[in-house]
Amino acid sequence: MPIAPDVILFVVFALIAVVSAINVVVQSHPISSALSLVGVMGSLAVLYLLLGAEFIAAAQVIVYAGAVMVLFVFVIMLLNAGAEVKKGRSFMVQLLGVPLLVALLGLVTYFVQRIYSPRESVHFGGFTGGSAQDIGHALFTAYLLPFEVTSVLILIAIVGAVVLARKEMD
Amino acid sequence: MDAFIVITLIKALVVFAVLMTTLAYLQWVERKVIAHIQVRPGPYRVGPHGLLQPLADVIKLITKEDLIPPYVNKPLYLVAPFLAITMALLSISVIPFGPVIEVFGYKTAMQLTDLNIGVLFILAASSMGVYGIALAGWSSNNKYALLGGLRSSAQMISYELPMSLAIAAPLLISNTLSLRELVQRQDGSMLNWNLVHGGQIVSFLVFIVAAFAETNRVPFDLPEAENELVAGFHTEYSSMKFASFFMAEYANMITVSCMAVLLFLGGWVAPWPAKYGSSLAPSLIFGSAGLVALYHGANAARKRDKYTFPVFGVVFLGIAGIFLLPMVQSWLLPLFWFCAKTGLILFAFMWVRGTLPRFRYDQLMAFTWKFLFPVAMLNLLVTGLVVAWVS
Amino acid sequence: MNGVPIAWYLTLSAVLFALGAAGFLFRRSIITVFMSIELMLNAVNLSFVTFSYHHKDVSGHLFSFFVMVVAAAEAAVGLAIILTVFKNRATLNIDEVNSMKN
Repeated sequence: MPIAPDVILFVVFALIAVVSAINVVVQSHPISSALSLVGVMGSLAVLYLLLGAEFIAAAQVIVYAGAVMVLFVFVIMLLNAGAEVKKGRSFMVQLLGVPLLVALLGLVTYFVQRIYSPRESVHFGGFTGGSAQDIGHALFTAYLLPFEVTSVLILIAIVGAVVLARKEMD
Repeated sequence: MDAFIVITLIKALVVFAVLMTTLAYLQWVERKVIAHIQVRPGPYRVGPHGLLQPLADVIKLITKEDLIPPYVNKPLYLVAPFLAITMALLSISVIPFGPVIEVFGYKTAMQLTDLNIGVLFILAASSMGVYGIALAGWSSNNKYALLGGLRSSAQMISYELPMSLAIAAPLLISNTLSLRELVQRQDGSMLNWNLVHGGQIVSFLVFIVAAFAETNRVPFDLPEAENELVAGFHTEYSSMKFASFFMAEYANMITVSCMAVLLFLGGWVAPWPAKYGSSLAPSLIFGSAGLVALYHGANAARKRDKYTFPVFGVVFLGIAGIFLLPMVQSWLLPLFWFCAKTGLILFAFMWVRGTLPRFRYDQLMAFTWKFLFPVAMLNLLVTGLVVAWVS
Repeated sequence: MNGVPIAWYLTLSAVLFALGAAGFLFRRSIITVFMSIELMLNAVNLSFVTFSYHHKDVSGHLFSFFVMVVAAAEAAVGLAIILTVFKNRATLNIDEVNSMKN
């Protein structure tokens, strides 16, 4: 049975994403979690490329992995807080939480498998409407209001971050 | 399909080999340029006019003791230089060096791959390059390295903003993110370049200044200068890992020079059309260089020059002759113009290094946030208004 | 098999979301909790892009783009808050930030 290259790419990068995500949750030092999260974002960028979302893949690497995570890494390095101490965890939370999460995951997977038949598959090149031209066109016609609103949101975030992080002047 | 894979592999090998040699000899050129600015000869003894100096440096760096201090965070310490050099070399894969050429019957472009989002790919690779420096500073377990690493990363991400805005302005005019199409829309002559026809002088200047800061070059090299902060983020590195950081810096320099040429200076398009004789320009340049070398060989200033300069003269005249052959002109001429323009910008990098003092860190950060970023935004606004008014 | 079934992408998104939720609930360090939130947002982005492929419409990409922008703004302000909390309490353990309790 010939396996197409995009299936191999999907399996490889999905495994990298899941292993890195487990690493994010399991590691005790925040810097290892942050670098594993960068790995998750990188493998997700490859998956976006497989889904034909070229602009979103580039935006994921530039914005998420290249700016937001750099900010995380900066704050971890500046605070230098060290590895997390493993005391005082509530046992009840873990007892209830893990089965509930597994149940959530199982339910979502079951419904997804039922709704979408295996015949609808993702080929590389199946969707070519994700180029920068298409996104730009939609962004400035149909989604103009959210675009302007997010600009104001970014301005608020900038002002908020500057105010919160400055030294107190007496 | 097979031909495509084989051709791409050959292109990748050629680009890699040429890039590595260029990185080594760029260091030689830099040392010579700075030396002549400071009225001294520079590397002179190792080989004729120091031409084997890069080879000597490579041998020294490879055979030096590769010391890993015991107090460093091993995995991050080993990953950081690897990350820096990988991201720096990745950007070269989308840069076009020339038009589509025909080699032994196969049509192929002088570029490893032409992505529709080529410009975004280069921005993404330079964003990820910040990690190499931040992790190098952190893993060294040394306060000076950490401070140097944090300062350098903060500088790089702060200057990414004006750089991206300066890139966005010619993109508004050229309407494409693919690097090959960007050059094709500047086809014709110097009057069609984005710098002249598009009026992007301000973006060009903002881009060049931001490029100096992105690559940690003087006057923005405070985080890694030898007399500041010990040596910045690469204090604890030795031998090949140290060499990786320097190769990454030069590769970044080459990348931003190529970007400036592609975005603003018309890529591989000759400054005036071929019918007015621009195909003879390379031959004229190399021919006159050969004649100057022969003259200096005849009236030698130093004893060794009596033997080396005539050899250089003959080599240059030979290269001038090669440029006259019509068989190679279709791919050699665009390559020459691209390399000449990139070389001019790289020379400007070295010229500035030999001339200007460095910024203090707070002056550096104030410069980007209070001056460069508003100027880049205003430029984008004005460009957008002009494009909307004209079309 | 010449393509990846859409259900696999959605399952991957669910797995990443569940892992993010696990990190959010079980970890005690503020920064790790914040990173788990970012992981959940990434999982949702993957879902949006998958559905955009399924319906052959670019709107999913745009939603994903806005989620990225909002996440970036939230990360900036959230990290500033974390810096302030650390300055005042010298700890990043969320169990110890309980001075308004009782």
